Amino acid sequence: MNVHEGIEEPSYLEHKGKHRGIFSWIFSTDHKRIGLLYLFSILSFFSIAAIIGLLMKLELIAPGKTIINAQTYNAFFTLHGIVMIFAVVIPGLPAVFGNFFLPIMIGARDVAFPKLNLLSWYLYVTGVTLVVISQFAGDGPPDTGWTFYAPYSFRTAGNMLPAVFGAFVLGFSSILTGLNFLVTIHRLRAPGMTWLKMPLFPWTLYATGWVQLLATPIIGITLLMIAAERLLHIGFFDPTLGGDPLLYQHLFWTYSHPAVYIMILPAMGAISEIISTHSHKGIFGYRFMVASAIAIAFVGYFVWGHHMFTSGMSGTALYAFSLLTFLVAIPSAIKVFNWISTMHKGSIDLQTPFFWAAAFIFVFMVGGFSGLILGSLAANVHLHNTHFVLAHFHFIVFGGTGFAFFGALHYWFPKITGKMFDTRWANVGLVLFFTGFITLYGPMFYLGVKGMPRRYYDYDEIFHAGNIVSTLGALVLISGALIIIINLFNSLKTGSKAPSNPWGGKTLEWTIPSPPPAENFIETPVISKGPYDYR
Amino acid sequence: MNNPSETQEKALTSRFGMWLFLFTEMLLFGGLFVVYSVYRFRNAQAFHLAADELSVFIGTVNTIILLISSSTIAMSITAIRLKNKKLALLLLFTTILLGLAFLVNKYFEWGDHIREHIYPGSAILALRGQGDVLFYGLYFFMTGLHALHIIIGLAFIAIITGLIIRDKINPGSYVLLENSGLYWHLVDLIWIFLFPLFYLIT
Repeated sequence: MNVHEGIEEPSYLEHKGKHRGIFSWIFSTDHKRIGLLYLFSILSFFSIAAIIGLLMKLELIAPGKTIINAQTYNAFFTLHGIVMIFAVVIPGLPAVFGNFFLPIMIGARDVAFPKLNLLSWYLYVTGVTLVVISQFAGDGPPDTGWTFYAPYSFRTAGNMLPAVFGAFVLGFSSILTGLNFLVTIHRLRAPGMTWLKMPLFPWTLYATGWVQLLATPIIGITLLMIAAERLLHIGFFDPTLGGDPLLYQHLFWTYSHPAVYIMILPAMGAISEIISTHSHKGIFGYRFMVASAIAIAFVGYFVWGHHMFTSGMSGTALYAFSLLTFLVAIPSAIKVFNWISTMHKGSIDLQTPFFWAAAFIFVFMVGGFSGLILGSLAANVHLHNTHFVLAHFHFIVFGGTGFAFFGALHYWFPKITGKMFDTRWANVGLVLFFTGFITLYGPMFYLGVKGMPRRYYDYDEIFHAGNIVSTLGALVLISGALIIIINLFNSLKTGSKAPSNPWGGKTLEWTIPSPPPAENFIETPVISKGPYDYR
Repeated sequence: MNNPSETQEKALTSRFGMWLFLFTEMLLFGGLFVVYSVYRFRNAQAFHLAADELSVFIGTVNTIILLISSSTIAMSITAIRLKNKKLALLLLFTTILLGLAFLVNKYFEWGDHIREHIYPGSAILALRGQGDVLFYGLYFFMTGLHALHIIIGLAFIAIITGLIIRDKINPGSYVLLENSGLYWHLVDLIWIFLFPLFYLIT
């Protein structure tokens, strides 16, 4: 169904715009180029934050001070958290693959507001720059953790203001991206693409867009309040001035729990695409997949209290938040069920992206089930603020979103670059990455149950063995990540030319050449069939 | 942009984006309204007494000013649609003047408070107790953020006015004017909530 067969159209990489050299990228309003700007920024920040994570694991290889002192450790987990959450995982899939593929998958030539899209990237870079400045300027780096909990966040001598403003600007960038995608999906779908003929990746971006739009302003205003507290001594959250630190936690998690769904929903969308394409079979229960994405986005608003079970809430609130937390697991379970059912009796093509998707399902389930344990009130009292929580959210956020990100990167690599990657090295990298991941975070469940708290640079001798295993896992994981990234860069030079549809996918991006032409479609496609038509 | 139906389609897209942006803005203030209600509930007496001290007169004048300015910008949209450029410009200038008048009032109002040593961080305010500290903290923060929105709104309207003078915005394509109108109405709407919350509930 390649409608452009035989027509030579310069790809978006060769397209001559108004500007030359680096300016043809940083002044480009082409959604594909902006997607790649995000890809490179995110990979750079990911590398920095991952190295900091590795340093923390090295510190934890033995009790007592190993390589860094307590204050540096505090600054490290703060920076690791801020960069990973706000600058890597939240924008990860939407800003990179959403930007690149959302317009193509719905048959549009660009997003609804291309200039606003470029502005989002500039805001993103500004936000990260502010966070970086907070590390070097002023009275030392912030040490509050990425949650900026009051009242410590306005008592610490650390240089909080740039970090808080940085997170605020990053939030603004995220809102504008979400807004852009919502309008794009509402207004620019190709003729004939009704809502229920839209592929699942755009659908999850749609659900994500609403969460970005309606949840992010809450953290925006909360961070502004923290800034006002530090600058003007307004007592919003300071108990000595009548404020309530608990209220800060409520406001913070009102955003930051839905933010987890900003991270995971597009990941689920990308995984759905990968599994359907590599099983050569339409997605099982398409309507349920759509409904569960919306349900996750909706219910996700009402579960924030489960971060605060031990902070002091009424019994009624505890029960309600616990119940809602269990409820939000149902749509996620529907998705897992439907992915497995899609593979059932499919003609599975064992390619690298499929392995990533399979690994995703495994780690996501471990993360999800451990989430249920944390959602039950009695168990939570024991596990709160231990390494168990650390393991749980790394399984979801890194395991879920991270695996989906790498899966999507391999899945769409031929389309983005026009080159095939080296499958053997990609698989070696994946195996190391997966093994390292399980070895790194698996022992943390055990350490948590045994009572090892999070956010300490030191620990009791009884936790030593688990920590050694975990640190070794971190080294394996990093070597796997290095192989993956080096392999992809190598494949840019040495890879064979990618055909327009290397995996046999059915969605629109596979109907145009690899890499896509600057205008995506020479003729606007007209849609008459569903997105996964394998019959 | 020559094709009229294409221009219309683009206008619809642009307006839709603006509405979504307004949702975000509302939730930005929504967070503050939550904080306000929690602290009002806990310090009912102090909030009640502190609210009594604000000048209902200035508040009312400012409310009337904003309501009129909202209607003048709405009328300017109709004027441009009816191809009456002169009237549209006159109405926009009126809107800007009214917006500035609002800010001038705000300046004198804040100035009075600050002369009486009522501002966040002031030792005299701290002596009056936590309820008052919270009330005035919220008062300055919320009306301050609102005033910032007024300033941004005025900047937009000034740019739009310039575009109308140069005929960049014309009866064929005036979605930018409509969008600034929407934004200005939102600023107005937020004030409609701020006014009773701070001045009237006593």
